[in-house]
Amino acid sequence: MDREVILRVENVSKNFGGVQAVQRVSFDVHKGEVVGLLGDNGAGKSTVIKMIAGVLRPTQGSISLMGERVDSTSPREVRERGIETIYQDLALADNLGITANIFLGREYRKKILGMTFLDERRMREQTEQILARLKITLPSPRAQVRDLSGGQRQSVAIGRAVFWRAKLVILDEPTAALGVKERANVLELIKSLKTQDVAVILISHNLTDVFEVTDRLVVMRRGEIIRELNTRESTEHQIVHLMIGSEN
Amino acid sequence: MRKFSNTWIFATLAVFVVFFSVAAPGFFSSIGLRSVALFASEPLLLAVAETFVIISGGIDLSVGAVLGFTGVVGALVMRSVWTSSQSLGLSIAAATLVAVGIGTALGAVSGIIIAKLRVPPFVVTLGMLGICRGMTFVLTSGQAIIGLPETLGVIGNFTLLGFLPVTTLVAILIIGAASICLSRTPMGRYVYAMGGNRQAAVRAGVPVARYTISIYATSGFLAGWAGLMILARFATGSPLSGQNSELNAIAAAVIGGTSLSGGIGSIGGAIAGALIIVVLLVGLVIMNVQPYWQMAAVGGILILAVFFDNLRFGRSLGE
Repeated sequence: MDREVILRVENVSKNFGGVQAVQRVSFDVHKGEVVGLLGDNGAGKSTVIKMIAGVLRPTQGSISLMGERVDSTSPREVRERGIETIYQDLALADNLGITANIFLGREYRKKILGMTFLDERRMREQTEQILARLKITLPSPRAQVRDLSGGQRQSVAIGRAVFWRAKLVILDEPTAALGVKERANVLELIKSLKTQDVAVILISHNLTDVFEVTDRLVVMRRGEIIRELNTRESTEHQIVHLMIGSEN
Repeated sequence: MRKFSNTWIFATLAVFVVFFSVAAPGFFSSIGLRSVALFASEPLLLAVAETFVIISGGIDLSVGAVLGFTGVVGALVMRSVWTSSQSLGLSIAAATLVAVGIGTALGAVSGIIIAKLRVPPFVVTLGMLGICRGMTFVLTSGQAIIGLPETLGVIGNFTLLGFLPVTTLVAILIIGAASICLSRTPMGRYVYAMGGNRQAAVRAGVPVARYTISIYATSGFLAGWAGLMILARFATGSPLSGQNSELNAIAAAVIGGTSLSGGIGSIGGAIAGALIIVVLLVGLVIMNVQPYWQMAAVGGILILAVFFDNLRFGRSLGE
């Protein structure tokens, strides 16, 4: 692939005490590419993700975003540098509105008589713009997140990542627990991230979803990458065998 | 949903007012309503303090004890400045500065222990309650502090336009500022976010530790003002002020629709909740009910309010 490399994971290993959770893992993610990270439970997927997100520090190896190393920093700094991780529990505050969630921790402010206030109007306008750009339809930017469906909440979390110009979005099981129509909406949204030139790493147990949206697959087993393949050139059957280790 | 419940709270307040107007002859008179207004400043300030803390997912059991401590320290400072300078303005200014300053500092100390040492708010503020009560008695040897300027009591009980006591006006202004803080500033946004989903706030990069300290400091700041208002009304520094006030404050916040699990609540609700408690207390006094029954009544209402809060939550989950 000749497109620009967004994320480069090089020879990364992670030990917990004497246990080797991840061994010498290397892969690249390119601009506008959706990569599926696959493996059975305990294969080391979440350890890899946590290292990319800055939650865990690799024992060995390096992780770099657009040529700059990010592997020794904090989750907050990793996020500020353009890697957004959307966890299963979504990390949204249910009691706040959509706009408040998208801007949480990075609110627009304005000064009145030397005091700092929230610039609600500007935040609301920006929220409407980003939702429109991603073709996300929600009841109203003022609606509380608790009143949204699972898919709509997922959209808010993705919208937040895109708004803050994430270069790489990591999605952890984004379609788990969603209805059929909701699932389709979220998959559409992942495809539209591509057109915004955002790179995506998708973790999912649902191979149908993975085959629908990914360009490339990275399959892990027992802490190692055992195969990288183009999605178009592989079959679900083949992937299952790779994951459980009976490919021959 | 918040609007809906606030309507109910104000309706409940109206029911209380009507009940005591009928059951307690003299309640619905200029004297009766004036006592409600006079008595309202501390419960209002403390209910707002408690509402801030509870929305953020914490609790502050020390508000009454901080009120008592700042009141007597304010009285001591006022007496010494008054004795040496005979200037009323200077005495009041010094007492205000010291009482509010100490209240804020004590709240900040609780906040630091909660945020940095990870001791649960319930334990920290219960400990702070004991510390402040103890220090109050150490400072005063259990005696009220007298010898304050006489004009202080006149100012403290002065009523504007016949119904608005100066102390309550001060409380209203401070509560107005607190309300703007909660609804329109980044701090207010983080109070709700921390109570709604603390993990989300942390992941979003909200400096949660710093704001925890600010929230408890705000609570102490409001308790300091409440201590001053009591001092102004009685023109004496009583070591007994603020005893059991935390019960009233928590009850007012919860009656006002603040959820004990955090994330939900409003200043409007806190005001209505505090007024319900004040109306109840004043009404019972006018009915000549033994004062000890007041606490029992507030306790009962607190439990009832939490029960109704659970019902409301159950219903909104079912939607």
